[in-house]
Amino acid sequence: MRIVFEKRKTLSRKAIFLVPLFSFFISLLLTAILLAIFKTNPFITYAAMFQGAFGSWPNFTETLVKAIPLMLAGLGVLIAFRLKFWNIGAEGQLAFGGIAATWVALFWSSFLASWMVLPTAILVGMLAGALWAGIPALLKVRLKVDEVLTTLMLNYVAILFAEHLYYGPWRDPKGFGFPGTPPFPEFAWLPRIAGRAHLGLVFAIVLALVIWFILNRTRLGFELEVIGNNPSAAQTQGIKIAKNIMIALLVAGALSGLAGVCEVTGISRRLQQGLSIGYGYTAIIVAWLAQLNPIAAIFVAVLIAALLVGGDQVQMMMGLPAAMGLVMQGMLLFPMLAGALFTEYKIRLIRPRTSGSLV
Amino acid sequence: MEKKTPILEMKGITKRFPNVVANEQVDLELYPGEVLALLGENGAGKSCLMNVLAGLYRADEGEIFIQGKRVEINSPRDAMLLGIGMVHQNFMLVDTMTVAENIILGLSDLPFVPDMGTVSKRIRELSERYNLQVDPESHIWQLSVGEQQRVEILKLIYRGAEILILDEPTAVLTPQESKQLNRIIHQMTREGKSAIFITHKMEEVIAFSDWVRVLHKGRLVTVKKTSQTNPQELARLMVGRDVLFRLEKKDRNLGGVALELKDVQAVDDKGLPALNGISLIIRSGEILGIAGVAGNGQKQLVEVLTGLRKTTGGKIRIFGEEKSNKSPLEIINTGVSHIPADRIARGIAGDMSVANNLAMKCYRKPPLAKKGILHPKRILDLANRMIELFHIHTPTPHTHAKFLSGGNIQKTILAREIDACRGLLIAAYPSRGLDVGATEFVRNQMIAQSESGTAILLISEDLEELLTVADKIAVLFEGHIMGIFRSNEADTERLGMMMTGMKEGIGELRD
Amino acid sequence: MIQLVASLLAITLRAGTSLMYATIGEIYTERSGILNLGIEGMMLMSAVTSFATVYYTGNLFLSILVAMLVGGTLASLHAFLSVTMRANQVVSGLSITLFGSGMASFLGQRLGPESNSGYLVGLVGSKFEPIAIPVFSLMPIFGAVFNQDILTYIVYVLLPVSWFYLYKTRDGLNLRSVGENPQTADAMGIDVGKVRYMYTIFGGMLVGIGGAHLSLSYAPGWTENITGGRGWIVIALVIFSMWNPARAIWGAILFGGINAVQFRLQASGTTIPASYLNMLPYLATVFVLVVLTWWEALSKRIGAPSALAKSYMREEK
Repeated sequence: MRIVFEKRKTLSRKAIFLVPLFSFFISLLLTAILLAIFKTNPFITYAAMFQGAFGSWPNFTETLVKAIPLMLAGLGVLIAFRLKFWNIGAEGQLAFGGIAATWVALFWSSFLASWMVLPTAILVGMLAGALWAGIPALLKVRLKVDEVLTTLMLNYVAILFAEHLYYGPWRDPKGFGFPGTPPFPEFAWLPRIAGRAHLGLVFAIVLALVIWFILNRTRLGFELEVIGNNPSAAQTQGIKIAKNIMIALLVAGALSGLAGVCEVTGISRRLQQGLSIGYGYTAIIVAWLAQLNPIAAIFVAVLIAALLVGGDQVQMMMGLPAAMGLVMQGMLLFPMLAGALFTEYKIRLIRPRTSGSLV
Repeated sequence: MEKKTPILEMKGITKRFPNVVANEQVDLELYPGEVLALLGENGAGKSCLMNVLAGLYRADEGEIFIQGKRVEINSPRDAMLLGIGMVHQNFMLVDTMTVAENIILGLSDLPFVPDMGTVSKRIRELSERYNLQVDPESHIWQLSVGEQQRVEILKLIYRGAEILILDEPTAVLTPQESKQLNRIIHQMTREGKSAIFITHKMEEVIAFSDWVRVLHKGRLVTVKKTSQTNPQELARLMVGRDVLFRLEKKDRNLGGVALELKDVQAVDDKGLPALNGISLIIRSGEILGIAGVAGNGQKQLVEVLTGLRKTTGGKIRIFGEEKSNKSPLEIINTGVSHIPADRIARGIAGDMSVANNLAMKCYRKPPLAKKGILHPKRILDLANRMIELFHIHTPTPHTHAKFLSGGNIQKTILAREIDACRGLLIAAYPSRGLDVGATEFVRNQMIAQSESGTAILLISEDLEELLTVADKIAVLFEGHIMGIFRSNEADTERLGMMMTGMKEGIGELRD
Repeated sequence: MIQLVASLLAITLRAGTSLMYATIGEIYTERSGILNLGIEGMMLMSAVTSFATVYYTGNLFLSILVAMLVGGTLASLHAFLSVTMRANQVVSGLSITLFGSGMASFLGQRLGPESNSGYLVGLVGSKFEPIAIPVFSLMPIFGAVFNQDILTYIVYVLLPVSWFYLYKTRDGLNLRSVGENPQTADAMGIDVGKVRYMYTIFGGMLVGIGGAHLSLSYAPGWTENITGGRGWIVIALVIFSMWNPARAIWGAILFGGINAVQFRLQASGTTIPASYLNMLPYLATVFVLVVLTWWEALSKRIGAPSALAKSYMREEK
């Protein structure tokens, strides 16, 4: 007997629906087994996680706080991924956006009217993110340099640069050696709307809708779709590939940059250690789980954020490692990754050496 | 002529694919030290037959004998063990490795640490003996195409192949390299090996082979000793005896010049000359067919006309305006439509809906878009209209295009390109691989278009199609136009001769 | 001065050992055409499990085996997803890193003894001690090379052996062909899927040793995030060494050396920003990548396996 994958005649709608569902249950089951091994009641743990993420208004707003950067960076990642541009540089783009916003917030207030500082910080931060994505995009378009590796490397450069700034020249002299810049002036704070959840949530939701519209309802989105799908066909139809890739990646970088801006102006209100706790990488997971759909990304981001917050919660309440959230994410992803094949293929068993069959 | 035992015999080989019979009851004999040419048009079943022999396909019926013994060939490895090796059209070589490494790659009896010195020595011996000069230590990327082909042949000889199958070996070679290949093949046969080679080129049949077998539509048409036949006869056999049905076309008043090429030159991806001074004129309402075997510059001709490739000389005028080396978009904007040869690779975006594929040419402009914003309702309306008009069988307009059958994919492309066309249509192999119904549909659509005043450049390998659809036929061979005929005055034998490179003083017709 | 160089070299080699193991491992994997971004997670997992093993058994050999088993198992998951299920290798690798770092942190708080309420942090176990090789270890400057632990000595051997294996043996030839041109490899009778599984798993085992070296020698014990991003540095090192195991040593020395120099600078109280120094290897890697690509376009010489991160499926006729 031999197992072969056979291409389906149409996309299996059933599989599109069932694979995430099954994956979710498998993830719950596997994590439950893990917990049971370590003599922890999985049901109580799950209840605590749910409680921690959604159980009360303050908890929910904390979930949103973690979801916002995932939404914004996730949107950035998915635009790039739609072009089959494997941008794993959201982390660096986010950091660079945060750095630029800090620069504006700390040093531009002397010559800008105070009401202009925050909008300028947002704008400059987005430009910085765009620049950070533009470098690998340009290298890809002009010299065909592999983007997975360049975007990954640039993450470190950006993060180390941020580190240099808050340990060095921008360090708060009154910070007792704490690695961070002085706090921003109040007019550079991003308004909060509920708990610590800030205006970034509105940005994310509005942008998700705008991006959905651009991708599905505009000429630009149409061209991006053709390029991502079949660059040769795009070329044949006179679509300018290099230009479109540049536009898309600048937008993608700007979105991740905005995530960084929101983190520094909305949450920490200074640039400090732990600017991003791997949001840029988790954003890739968000984009992928959302199947590159901007609207879905908003909800997936909340779900993933809930796992993170729920993980923190079980640590506080039950002394369980906060890393539970990460473990569950992994357990959710593996069956999803394996299952993605079934939307286009089905499994068939073949008996060896059937006479007359194709080899 | 004494009777030798054949080294290879294939009897009654039949191979069916879904909807197509590729080979039907084909017999083949090959004698030691001889060269057999397999001649036939594209789709005649030559490659399929050879893939059966090389273990890539399994025949549905028929038997294979090697030196009189019946054998089963289930994989390329089986074939190799029986001494059968095939040089494919696209070489199976690893660019970054050396010649010697490529030659021993995957050998089953290789020691864990191969002694490359001995391997190189053995390769040198073999290349000496068979006149296959190549340096075992050089890397594949450093070699010319001809040298790479020699590596492929050496690879087979190194593995002890007695029967070599060469699939259109000269298609990628320069004339000088082809001559050298001829010498190599003769050297090999002198050493007792046998060869089968697939070709379309008559000259080579005469120059290379001892025997020739002609296939037509999957069947064996004839077996001839090369010395006892002539190019004219072979050309007629290759093209087929079928009486051609000539479609009555309405008389049309031809309009002004839609497309004019003057001494156009271009090179292929490897930088070798592909178009060597093409001059053509097509008037509005006229269909000009380009006959010829694939690989003689058709691809490059289409690409220079659609802006996908730069010319290296000459002039292209579309509706009187200079359009050499313009971008694809500029050419599209002058009203040129393009039905690409490789419809899956260039024609559609498989993961997009049929509706979006239909809109892929006119999405830029009203009514489908206004100021960069698309109008989905109108796209859908357009799609529904096209689906009905062109009889595209699709579950819904939202179905992804890749799930359609080949014929419906082609209808989708045809619908899009015809709808957007403003005067000039470049159609490359529009009916290739389609069933009878779809083929007829495609042809009728083109005739209808020309009747409404569109100029059409039709590239096809199917002479029947050219003779029924086109008004004039130009024969392309090795980047040259061998001659231009009115299709109602052309005869297949002469066309076949020219397609295989024999010029033979036929009076050319000029506009 | 001599003393300074000698001590820098000693630190560099100690810091570089785990990088070299993981880099060689990833080179094997990438040579087969599989990009594994899960190294960070795999190193963390093997660091925590090998430390737990040595804590309870005191057996260093056994704990290395455990590390290899853990690294190999996670790698086989990646192989299954990317070869058999043809999943996106970038996402699959990231998932392994995500899962591995979460799981390592979880285990770090659960595998410890009751007395330490399940935590491994702060415990002491056996560790690999430097073994001075007589005479050689007394050499000026280079003495440090011969005063290392057994794992470092093994990696000295592993570098040339891997180079030899890759470029001079039949199996190395097959491996390279699969990463370069799977179609050709398949046509020549090489089982592409099998080769990719084998080397992804083997690479994972070496990555596992790299992780174990951290918790058993470099920084004995378990601390959260003990790798400090080394798993990602390895991705850079593979490029930096242009997929050649023999060159892995230079990258490891560069990265390890920067660590060492920085250490020194801090100690001597200079104010040269350490971050710029840290950035250097990443910028150098981007630079190498650009030059390589540009050079490759010109001549197609060496460089990334052409089929890296592309799944292979035989044409279904």
